[in-house]
Amino acid sequence: MLEMREITKLFPGVKALDNVNFKVKQGEIHALCGENGAGKSTLMKVLSGVYPYGSYEGEIYFAQEQCQFKDINESESLGIVIIHQELALIPYLSIAENIFLGNERANKGIINWNETIRQTKNYLDIVGLKEAPETLISNIGVGKQQLVEIAKAISKKVKLLILDEPTAALNEDDSENLLKLLLSFKEQGMTSIIISHKLNEINKVADSITILRDGQTIETLHKETIKITEERIISGMVGRDLENRYPTREANLGDVIFEVKNWNVYHPLHADRKVVDNVDFYIKRGEIVGIAGLMGAGRTELAMSVFGKSYGNKISGQLYKDGKELKINNVSDAIKAGIAYVTENRKENGLLLQESVTKNISLASLEKLSKKGVVNQYKEMIEAKVYCQKLQIKTPSIFQLTGHLSGGNQQKVVLSKWIFAEPDILLLDEPTRGIDVGAKYEIYTIINELASQGKGVCIISSELLEVLGMCDRIYAMSEGKMMGEVMKEEATEERVMGYMTRTNEKERE
Amino acid sequence: MPEKQKENEEYNELSFFKIISKYLRQYSMFFFLVLIMVIFQVLTNGILLRPLNVTNIILQNSHILILAIGMLIIIVLGHIDLSVGSVAAFTGAIAAILMINNAINPFLATLLCLLIGALIGAWQGFWVAYVKVPAFIVTLAGMLIFRGLTIVVLEGRTIASFPPIFRSLSSGFIPDIFNGSQVHLLTLIVGVFLSLIGIGIMIHIRKKKQAYGFMVESTAILAFKILGLIGALVGFCYILSMHEGIPNILIILSLLIFSYHFVTNHMKVGRYIYAIGGNIKAAQLSGIKTKGVTFWAFVNMGVLAALSGLIFSARLNASTAAAGNLFELDAIAACFIGGASAYGGVGKVMGAIIGGLVMAIINNGMSLLGIGVDWQQAIKGLVLLMAVAFDIYNKNKAS
Repeated sequence: MLEMREITKLFPGVKALDNVNFKVKQGEIHALCGENGAGKSTLMKVLSGVYPYGSYEGEIYFAQEQCQFKDINESESLGIVIIHQELALIPYLSIAENIFLGNERANKGIINWNETIRQTKNYLDIVGLKEAPETLISNIGVGKQQLVEIAKAISKKVKLLILDEPTAALNEDDSENLLKLLLSFKEQGMTSIIISHKLNEINKVADSITILRDGQTIETLHKETIKITEERIISGMVGRDLENRYPTREANLGDVIFEVKNWNVYHPLHADRKVVDNVDFYIKRGEIVGIAGLMGAGRTELAMSVFGKSYGNKISGQLYKDGKELKINNVSDAIKAGIAYVTENRKENGLLLQESVTKNISLASLEKLSKKGVVNQYKEMIEAKVYCQKLQIKTPSIFQLTGHLSGGNQQKVVLSKWIFAEPDILLLDEPTRGIDVGAKYEIYTIINELASQGKGVCIISSELLEVLGMCDRIYAMSEGKMMGEVMKEEATEERVMGYMTRTNEKERE
Repeated sequence: MPEKQKENEEYNELSFFKIISKYLRQYSMFFFLVLIMVIFQVLTNGILLRPLNVTNIILQNSHILILAIGMLIIIVLGHIDLSVGSVAAFTGAIAAILMINNAINPFLATLLCLLIGALIGAWQGFWVAYVKVPAFIVTLAGMLIFRGLTIVVLEGRTIASFPPIFRSLSSGFIPDIFNGSQVHLLTLIVGVFLSLIGIGIMIHIRKKKQAYGFMVESTAILAFKILGLIGALVGFCYILSMHEGIPNILIILSLLIFSYHFVTNHMKVGRYIYAIGGNIKAAQLSGIKTKGVTFWAFVNMGVLAALSGLIFSARLNASTAAAGNLFELDAIAACFIGGASAYGGVGKVMGAIIGGLVMAIINNGMSLLGIGVDWQQAIKGLVLLMAVAFDIYNKNKAS
């Protein structure tokens, strides 16, 4: 159905794609895998006309015809629709308005609302989204927004649907639904390409997998011919066998360094909604503790409220460090007490994207670098260099703007910033979200190193395997409550998942 | 390892061209300023840089440049202040009431006016920082409130004739204690003295860099920079000395520019300002007290607006209800021409000053050529648009 032949795309100084060949058969789900920067998104941008014909070498055939797209409208008119990782929906417009945005059901410029609503209902049925067409996008969750994007694609008479990291922001349930939807589309004959870092999902739904590495096609695996395992895909992606995705470490536990007791937090807007409900937890020196839970379980809210009350209302409870009670009213108190919180959303809450690597690393520790309010910029640069080396941040210089770094390196900058603040307790919220397998391993190594220095580390993660692989002890949260605690030795996916979903079951009974 | 070496080499090869284009981009407005100075110097047959005219440019624009300094901080924080013109008029009016109607000591009255400016800034800062009313609205309200209060205080009249000591704030010059007949000797001496301080600072920075093991520029470049500095400072002072010497207001202005440059670039508070403007959530989560910084930025703006109003009144030797009209727009334009981002987080004090000077030279040059105020407005508007468009084009090209 689709064939891309010997595609080469040059950026100034970089060969983003190097003679890539890519074939998709009618009616299959084809996964595109590769580390960040392997060229997946570039390839899809070439296909959809974001990079117009002439700006790359090679040929594209779609339904036996050669295509020379000048822009994205031309590819869409043939039924090639791409759904980007960052959803392109307008928050204060309704579902119906979003679906027909740029494609309005209108006669002589006047919108036919009845027709719009009728067709929207139809498309929402197809994707299985039970929401009124008039609902505003800002009032529905990310999972449902993703479905709206798909409905929008279907409304454009899609023949080839391209999904770029569709489940990156979704919780396990929503991801599951989305994948089921893709499978049901496949039965109706639709072809789709899916780009994803979540190998278990790819393995579940994909018929063929093409692996890119450094801008080159490494191989295409077909489910019919060989049995595909995650390890098989990873070894293709990184070019070597990654025997263990988690570095080994010898845990050396000390006394309890940090303890949270009777912690309660209410929602900042809905004053009667309890987001964190009577939570107790502790971390020992040298220990890595995990907090597992589905999205909305209250994990981020717990961590942020502990970190200088940066989230929520009517916060109550006690914090102890080395057995002594802490009085923390704002973030700078928390930093002084030796607590660090690495945000789950580095671009929105973690980085100054227009500032240099140096100024980002020093931001939480300016106190240390200053005398009488004057920042010692030489010392600052030296420290930045040290951290770039220590954490192997790949950047042309310490003056590079963080906005121009890759996701993995941005995450390392955020980590550097907090390690430089010399905390004793680190709360890491989704520390490896959206970064590739190789960089993940490096970040795990850094986390282990921190624990071995006797710091207390807490990892919040939506990837169950990550929690199981890294942590000495795992708490499971659900609906604001700590539902269970499992030691590493006894931890299995099923058991932790059981705790994570426990409240729901109780309610059902 | 050899791969890495290759990378470095490529980087070096590019670097010469890169550095040149980087400088051009970074200092494009400075080059533009020099360019329009040359153009107007030619068009006016050399009147532009005559001692009298240079002195006039300084006297006529210092109140805007002072506003631009405060405005830059507000804009970097991601806010705007539309009220500064009205606040300047209001404090000017208060100054007239105090000094002329009530014969209060000019120094005390000046201090009181600055304090009133601070209170006004605190009032607006409170709404912006703590109640989270958008600054556009708070200061739009302030613009109306203080314009109205100005008319109330002045009862619609113009109050004139300030005491001479107050007038010398913006029309006086430093005394020529050496009594040079043709040239103002003290001005020249100040020029030489400042050059020496400048050279001292440059050498100090170089030594410090070396002590920390950083690369320093070659001695040739350093010598070039030093010569440039001496040329600019002594040359400038020489031009001034041909007229009446250094105006008092230039001393105040220079001190303000230097201190705010230092605060924004070298102090913690400066970092906080840029961090808040760049990403307020990240700033909060890094322990920065974002509300406090925003509040004090408005207090600071209030004080500078009051100072600007005093200077303007002293120069006019009168306080009128119409004083300070459109000051806010000149100050805002200066910041944007000087490279500040309308989205916050980006902008330099020096940029705002250069932006202000660009507008000042265009105003002055066109006046010298006999172009009417009507056309001056239109051309200034075009320059603002072109400058910002050019800046955005440059940034897009860079990334």
